Amino acid sequence: MDFKEGGTKYTQLKKGDTLLDRYEIQEIVGMGGMGAVYRARDTNFKAIRLVAVKEMMSQVTDVAIRRNIFQIFEREANILATLRHPTIPRIYDYFTIAERAYLVLEFIHGKNLEQLLSETQDFFPEEQVLTWAIELCDVLDYLHSHKPEPIIFRDVKPSNIMNTLQNHIALVDFGIAKVFESGSKNTMVGTQGYSPPDQYRGEATPKVDIYALGATLHHMLTLRDPQLEAPFSYGERPINEINQNVTKEFAAVVERALEYKPEDRYESAAEMKEALINVARKTGTLLNLSVPTSSSAIRGVTIKPLWTFECEDELRGAATYHDGNLYIGCYDNNLYALDAANGQFKWKYATDGGIPGKPAIFDGNVYFGSEDKRLHVVSTRSGKVVWSHYTDGPVRSSPRIAEGHVFVGSDDGYLHAVNSANGRLAWKAEAGSPVRSTPFVSSEYVYFGSESGDFACVDFRGDVRWRFKAKRAITSSPVVADGVVYFASMDSTLYALDANSGWAVWRFRLGKGSISTPALAGSLLYTGAADHIIYCIDTRSTKEMWRYTTDHQVTGSPILHRDALYCGSVDGNLYCLDATSGRLRWRFQTQGPITGTPVAHEDVVFIGSSDKKIYAFLA
Amino acid sequence: MKNFLRRLLKKPAISSEPAISNAATAPLSEDKVWDLLEHKDQGKFAHLIVGSALDPGQRRENNEDAVLCVNAALGGADALPFGLFAIADGMGGHRNGELASEMAVRAVGSYLMSKLYKPLYGPEPHPAQETLQELMETAVHEAHRAVKKAAPGGGCTLTAALIVGSQMAIAHLGDSRAYAVYRDGRIEVLTKDHSLVKRLQEMGQLTEEEAAVHPQKSVLYRALGQGATVQADIFTSSLPTPGYLLICSDGLWGVVSEDDIQRIVNATSSPYLACQHLVEAANAAGGPDNISVVLVRAVS
Repeated sequence: MDFKEGGTKYTQLKKGDTLLDRYEIQEIVGMGGMGAVYRARDTNFKAIRLVAVKEMMSQVTDVAIRRNIFQIFEREANILATLRHPTIPRIYDYFTIAERAYLVLEFIHGKNLEQLLSETQDFFPEEQVLTWAIELCDVLDYLHSHKPEPIIFRDVKPSNIMNTLQNHIALVDFGIAKVFESGSKNTMVGTQGYSPPDQYRGEATPKVDIYALGATLHHMLTLRDPQLEAPFSYGERPINEINQNVTKEFAAVVERALEYKPEDRYESAAEMKEALINVARKTGTLLNLSVPTSSSAIRGVTIKPLWTFECEDELRGAATYHDGNLYIGCYDNNLYALDAANGQFKWKYATDGGIPGKPAIFDGNVYFGSEDKRLHVVSTRSGKVVWSHYTDGPVRSSPRIAEGHVFVGSDDGYLHAVNSANGRLAWKAEAGSPVRSTPFVSSEYVYFGSESGDFACVDFRGDVRWRFKAKRAITSSPVVADGVVYFASMDSTLYALDANSGWAVWRFRLGKGSISTPALAGSLLYTGAADHIIYCIDTRSTKEMWRYTTDHQVTGSPILHRDALYCGSVDGNLYCLDATSGRLRWRFQTQGPITGTPVAHEDVVFIGSSDKKIYAFLA
Repeated sequence: MKNFLRRLLKKPAISSEPAISNAATAPLSEDKVWDLLEHKDQGKFAHLIVGSALDPGQRRENNEDAVLCVNAALGGADALPFGLFAIADGMGGHRNGELASEMAVRAVGSYLMSKLYKPLYGPEPHPAQETLQELMETAVHEAHRAVKKAAPGGGCTLTAALIVGSQMAIAHLGDSRAYAVYRDGRIEVLTKDHSLVKRLQEMGQLTEEEAAVHPQKSVLYRALGQGATVQADIFTSSLPTPGYLLICSDGLWGVVSEDDIQRIVNATSSPYLACQHLVEAANAAGGPDNISVVLVRAVS
């Protein structure tokens, strides 16, 4: 960092710089009129919480003007702090350092509409623009109805509107939003092309925002930048002359918002919203409202890892996040501990075989199996060995820890129950064939499958309570929820059994076998299969809700994080899908097959690939 | 392979009981004791307690409703609860309505009992080949065939529940209903009425007031015994706990509010008494139709 008194030299913050010992700068995400906007990590939280840090610095020497700039900044902070609306970023913090002022805001993941405009060749679909328009009217109505004074945004334009990953809008840059003082003539602010004539007369009424919204929508529908046209010349550029795809009804609403005289425009944002909803009803686009179109979702973001870390061989297993660190096993025989925030190497622990599973963390130790036939336990802090337990075959199952014991399967054909403190074997249950499935422990019972297709439920003595036979191997790991155990099999079936009796409640036919572990969210169950498909099934009706086809086998398991599903495929991509609709939000191509399972924590999702790399992405 | 998992190294069970420290005792209300009992071993039920009632109501002489109740618990320490419950309501206006509902519950009962007799009652109990969902699906087709054969032109609703362990599969056609009634006062309808008027109301074509007095109020767009094939709603779920599964005909839900149903059910710990009280409430409200109700609670 380079702070220079007098403020003549402007130096941007660099990656790794820290403000107030708390906000660790990751990247510049935008340049505003008065400074940069950074993506930063709030290190006060052990969890990875990302924030937007908006910097404002004065490059003017005039003391009075500089004070004025700082006042605007402070005002922005105070206005934002009072607002609660889903499309307005939340404010977390506000401070000044030297001649720079900083505002810490909710980080909005997405692109602004100006960026989308610059990237598009084709007109945006009408329903997309209509959806944005309705959301914008909604937030403007919220601001205009603010008590005690209405808030006039005064600078509605594409660059101040973000399109989030969830395909909703967010209104950013409240720098000049100002509490409206009735009757007073305010100083001119706004942007040429988007601002109405009345704003140039110093008026700031809701009609100013309505005009600017109209101008923004006109731009989105016609792709004609009003800043390059004569002021107030919308009347000479009817929307339908440029874009015949827009319905007359929608064009009429936008054109009314752009009337020269304020009294000819809509009275309020609420009235305009009503008119837009009527358009949607009439043209039938209401059905598609709030449903993101995949093309726009992909167009909206270029996916780039936050960090990557390269190992010496393939990563086939899953990572585990714990307390700021990421633990992952590799086929270079090492277990790696990395700083989850930046991918920095902390330590590694060498075994004598590849590490295929997902490590488990318990009481300061990390537990994991290796193809060297051992269950290893090492300290999370130092990476030093605590104890290890020998089995008679490679350990490809992942350990589960419950009630002071570690449960893990081995290719020796047994499920092992080992005392978690000292590594002493409590018992082992014979399965007759390799146990590669990861056991699930639920209310005093342990559930696991084996390569012969047998599935068993054993109690804490290792006594069999019930068993079930599938036609082929059960490598998939079971999940128990609400008294039902779910797992997939190589016999192309997804099973739901009563966890208490083993009676089959239902089964679902997959196109091919599966070794993927199902993920559950509410009544929906997600799994991948060798037929390249990621399935979403309703557990109540056993009906398929959606399917997404990747370009190769899905051997890894999906995970759910917030409203998204993340899943790797042997085609090398990590996919992020909308969990309710199955629509693609984004994907990222790694240089090798992905067979492991992603892990998500707060704002970040991690995945290992056969290209030897571990990737971290914004969730 | 058969007993491959039974050769085990016997070791003491891993205790899952948390150590009790600074334990204090305070008098517990009956409700709390009840909840504690029901929460203990949640999901591991030993048996079902069942009540049922069938009443012609105040205005009708014949009874077009039919009820099926089979309740069993088998085995020792690891007893497996099993239950089969159904209500069918013969369709008014069809001469064969009475016969249709009777045939429907008989067919469902006989198909499922024949399929489950050996798995449940045989010397070596084992899960059935088919899933609960598949069994229900076939049972509905069997019932459809039986109704068409025995009562041509007749039709009926069918709401049936098959319970094994802590899971249930429900098949549903028409406007009888299944509810989950929870001890905390929540009541949730699990089925969707296949009623024409209800559908019009859902589509915004009729108001609630218009629907209530609509002349075709009882017309169903799906029923057993009607049409060449039958398409029932079939779904699976865990038993409501702590609480009840309630199945009833429109003679109950049409005249007693859901809130009153919930209150009556939760007012007593006896499902039998609760069913009697529900019938009384429907009759007190005029009893315009036949009233049938089944109430099931799982206990450990």
